[in-house]
Amino acid sequence: MAEPLLTVADLRKRYGALQVTDGVSLAVHPHEIHAVIGPNGAGKTTLIHQMFGSVRADSGQIRLDGHDITRLAPHRRARLGLARSFQITSVLPEFTVLDNVALAVQGALRSAFRFVRPARREAALNEPALVALARVGLHARAESLAGSLSHGEKRQLELAMALAAKPKVMLLDEPLAGAGPEEAARLIALLRELRTHCAIVLVEHDMDAVFQLADVISVLAQGRVIAWGPPAEIRRDPAVRAAYLGEDF
Amino acid sequence: MTLLVVQALNGFQLGMLLFLIAAGLTLVFGVMNFVNLAHGVQYMLGAYLGVMFARIAGGFWSGLILASLAAGAFGLVLERLIFRHLYARSELDQVLATFGVIITLNEGVRLVWGSAPLELPMPDALSHSFQLMDGLRYPVYRVALAVTGLVVAGLLALVVNGTRAGMLIRAGASNQEMVSALGVDIGRLFRMVFGVGAMLAGFAGVLAAPLVSVEPNMGDNLLILAFVVIVIGGTGSIRGAFLAALIVGLVDTLGRSMITDFAHAVLSGPASSRVGPALASMLIYLVMAAVLAVRPAGLFPLRS
Repeated sequence: MAEPLLTVADLRKRYGALQVTDGVSLAVHPHEIHAVIGPNGAGKTTLIHQMFGSVRADSGQIRLDGHDITRLAPHRRARLGLARSFQITSVLPEFTVLDNVALAVQGALRSAFRFVRPARREAALNEPALVALARVGLHARAESLAGSLSHGEKRQLELAMALAAKPKVMLLDEPLAGAGPEEAARLIALLRELRTHCAIVLVEHDMDAVFQLADVISVLAQGRVIAWGPPAEIRRDPAVRAAYLGEDF
Repeated sequence: MTLLVVQALNGFQLGMLLFLIAAGLTLVFGVMNFVNLAHGVQYMLGAYLGVMFARIAGGFWSGLILASLAAGAFGLVLERLIFRHLYARSELDQVLATFGVIITLNEGVRLVWGSAPLELPMPDALSHSFQLMDGLRYPVYRVALAVTGLVVAGLLALVVNGTRAGMLIRAGASNQEMVSALGVDIGRLFRMVFGVGAMLAGFAGVLAAPLVSVEPNMGDNLLILAFVVIVIGGTGSIRGAFLAALIVGLVDTLGRSMITDFAHAVLSGPASSRVGPALASMLIYLVMAAVLAVRPAGLFPLRS
């Protein structure tokens, strides 16, 4: 098997008396969808935050494509190829769809601060942005205001923004949250398509989606990885069943 | 009638001055959620530096340019030494620390230049007045100040609305976490905004210096007005700051002259001469309350 793109080794984070991340290790390989599941309060979101750098780990190591990124600021991680979508939809509503994605392209360029040129004619930004929009099937709405999109479309836009940076790994925190059944089906198809471009770490509550999409699942409970493996194994794992006791699984 | 015209012009010009100060303040507040009370002393410092550089370099214009640059540089030094450590802190900490900067700088200025007011002579080319209408001459310098404010507002609008750097600033104001997730160094973005804001406040200080007396604490009142401006306009919004600065400038100036007459007409006796000025200084706060009652996040809120 190829070298992992993203590795997390013995990561620990404590908030007061609460050990939210208790020695988590995992490895994400190229073009792999690695799902992180677990009951509420298992520490999934905190784990994603540490991977992305908005929360600093107490100890342990995170490596991205050979770089130790454990102590890097979020924007430095982004430049090394880590993209992220947020649990709360975060597009800029007063910008057009295209401008949102162009901003993501701009952020990925080292020259982000040199663009004191007229914005709308900046083909170097708009062309990759349009490509990313086409990939998520949103190119027809390029000129709409992001605020006018439906919930599912906003999710697509976020994915386009994450894609536009040409990331190596995408961290997706509940990309299906709040989507209706039809929207969810479209987003699942989209995520399946996206894995051809990059690896994906997926935190998701929708178990149907997780078992459809994931190559590897890590199950988190009380800050620990209690099981990991392909979906078929995870489904049979007794420890997982115990952790999810009472939940729909 | 002539009085009204003069007051309207003065109000417009106060509005432009307020805009120059509020522009930087609103961006700093909007982008970083940083409450910088020390923004007003940048204005004062600009005026003092203007006086100093005008004497050294021999003229208003070189004073204006050098003082603006120096004020911007000084702002960056303050950011580096003090403000940077406050971004993650609570608003109370920010208010206390930046209030400390106000006190320190007001006293510092007193130490260096003394507490006697200084004067900055107008540039010769603008020191005359012109015939505006029958029986009314108006100083060219005041017109020039207002026009400068308009030009700067136009330039800022162009940069903020029309360029990629401006989009980054607007995006940073509305969602800082996301912008850093896109790979943008938000700290650097902020330093850029901060430096320009400090420079504009200093610039405004030099421009105002020939019309007012240059003294310690001269920025304190304007700071309060500038905060009223950004609250009315919506924090982080340049467009809002512009409109609100105009409103505050006009309401404050016209209100002071008209309310007194009005009070005299409605009330009689000694009460009228007390009520007038009291009402006049309350007027902009009444306007602010009215705006906030209708639009709680200001005229042009950035965050929805």
